[in-house]
Amino acid sequence: MRAVRRGAFPYAITVPFAVILAFPFAWMAITSLKSNAVVNDPTHTWSFHPTLENWGFLLHHTQYVHWIKNTTLVGLAVVAITLVLALPAGYALARLSGRVGQAMGVGIFLTYLVPPTLLFLPLSRMVSTVHLAGSLWALVVVYPSFTVPFAIWLLMGFFKTIPLELEDAALVDGCSRIGALMRIVFPISLPGILTIVIFTFSLVVNEFLYAITFISSSANRTLSVGVPTDLIRGDLYNWPAIMAAILIPSIPLALVYNAFLNRFIQGFTGGAFR
Amino acid sequence: MAAVAAAPQKGGRFQHVTERRGFLASVLIAPAVIFIAATLAVPFGWAIYLSFTDATGGSLFGNGVGWRNFSTEIHDTIFRGAVWHTIVFTLISQAVVVIGAGLIAHALVRDFHGKWFLRFLILLPWAAPLALSTIGFVWIFDSDFPTASIVNWFLVHLHLADAIQPPVWLGTQRLASATIIFVEAWRVLPFATVIFIAGIASIPQEVDDAAAIDAATGLKKFWYVSLPLQLPIALVALLFGIVFTATDMTVPYLLTNGGPTHSTETLTTWAFATGIGAGAVGEGAAVALFLLPVLVIVSVGMLYFARRVEVS
Repeated sequence: MRAVRRGAFPYAITVPFAVILAFPFAWMAITSLKSNAVVNDPTHTWSFHPTLENWGFLLHHTQYVHWIKNTTLVGLAVVAITLVLALPAGYALARLSGRVGQAMGVGIFLTYLVPPTLLFLPLSRMVSTVHLAGSLWALVVVYPSFTVPFAIWLLMGFFKTIPLELEDAALVDGCSRIGALMRIVFPISLPGILTIVIFTFSLVVNEFLYAITFISSSANRTLSVGVPTDLIRGDLYNWPAIMAAILIPSIPLALVYNAFLNRFIQGFTGGAFR
Repeated sequence: MAAVAAAPQKGGRFQHVTERRGFLASVLIAPAVIFIAATLAVPFGWAIYLSFTDATGGSLFGNGVGWRNFSTEIHDTIFRGAVWHTIVFTLISQAVVVIGAGLIAHALVRDFHGKWFLRFLILLPWAAPLALSTIGFVWIFDSDFPTASIVNWFLVHLHLADAIQPPVWLGTQRLASATIIFVEAWRVLPFATVIFIAGIASIPQEVDDAAAIDAATGLKKFWYVSLPLQLPIALVALLFGIVFTATDMTVPYLLTNGGPTHSTETLTTWAFATGIGAGAVGEGAAVALFLLPVLVIVSVGMLYFARRVEVS
């Protein structure tokens, strides 16, 4: 009897929540398969002839694919910059014991004191001054400001899980410190680094405020801004196409998150979770 | 005579410098620090400067006006409303989040059939780009015709709403607020759950064993053992949620843009409307700065409790 009750608990909680959290996406999928004539008709809420015509519209007759390209390019560039800046810093902070290391770790938390909503106005002026306004490069330069602290924090957690003995062994064998870093530490932390790549990329895809402030031309928009602004022309909403536009990045991202969740948690807790 | 002799080190002429720990650490950290200083500290200082000027539109500078921007805002009813809405939206949505996330996390730390799939479903709101899912909610709640809204469909069929005149969610004052609160809770819930899972998992097995030895099971165990241990992690989740929601501009902007008639205006949307919409950059900066006290308190709280959570 007891085993059955305990067995029911997870489902009793997760199923209702999963329904509330995921139903919007199910409804988005259903909507995306309706034709424009039927989508506003309440008599056809659940019974209709599914069609892919609006998916086709989205992919062939809007700038959606172009926005995906823009977002991907910005994402890759930002991930590269973030890794270059955060990898060495995360490693140094993970190995630095004592007050300097702690103080700097504190400094990372403090960067949350200055969110984009505080900075977007001066940054928009600064971006214009260096003639980057309207260009995707403005985003590439500014996004690392919030991805780097996040990446450093996760990396600190990952590096702490690598035993110091491994590096000491390398040092005893004649490796320089930098050599130990490159040959021993980085290869082992590859899964952790991959996790950070994924979550950094998703931070980029999610960003809205800077993207809408800095860039106004339709062709240069990113996914986050293009869909809510350009796909809605005056009063004309092509809802099925918009729904498709939402699902295309969301499902793969959720699958990837799910696959890397344990590693993310590992970095988050600095190795306490095993 | 060392029992184990270190092998001769390969390396260049500067090796004795790079081997010095402090030096290497500084060199490794410096690029990140410089970059963050340039893209965070400088604009931050500039925002403070701007809030004391009358800068407008395309300019980076303005004439000093003392505390005028702050005083104008404080005397503005829309601004006061924005402060109030920010507080209400944040606290209610995050209270819901903390309770929900705690429950889900306890369920997800066990193993059961279909866990991977259910976890996938639960992660969706976090994984989906926020601006996109928010637009999705415009469709779900309101769309062009309230009769086409799926939320109204359920309400009508449950006889909780009138079929001919169903509620206009985003166009009605309290309903619009409720929608924003719901969406903010919906999208933070998965992330908070993950934080909880991390916290629960970091409680060592010995605690479970000790509790079992002392015959503390079920509710007793939860009250005397689990809950106190999880309080720090719950607070970390709460503080993260507060920061994310209070500083979020995307959801209120895309759902209601502060309407109807500023009844859902938040500090973030008002800063955007003032600074970008109306071009009053100095005033916009002043509005945004009112977020600072909240953030300071929350950051200090985060620091304190996060350190208690870390099991090292």
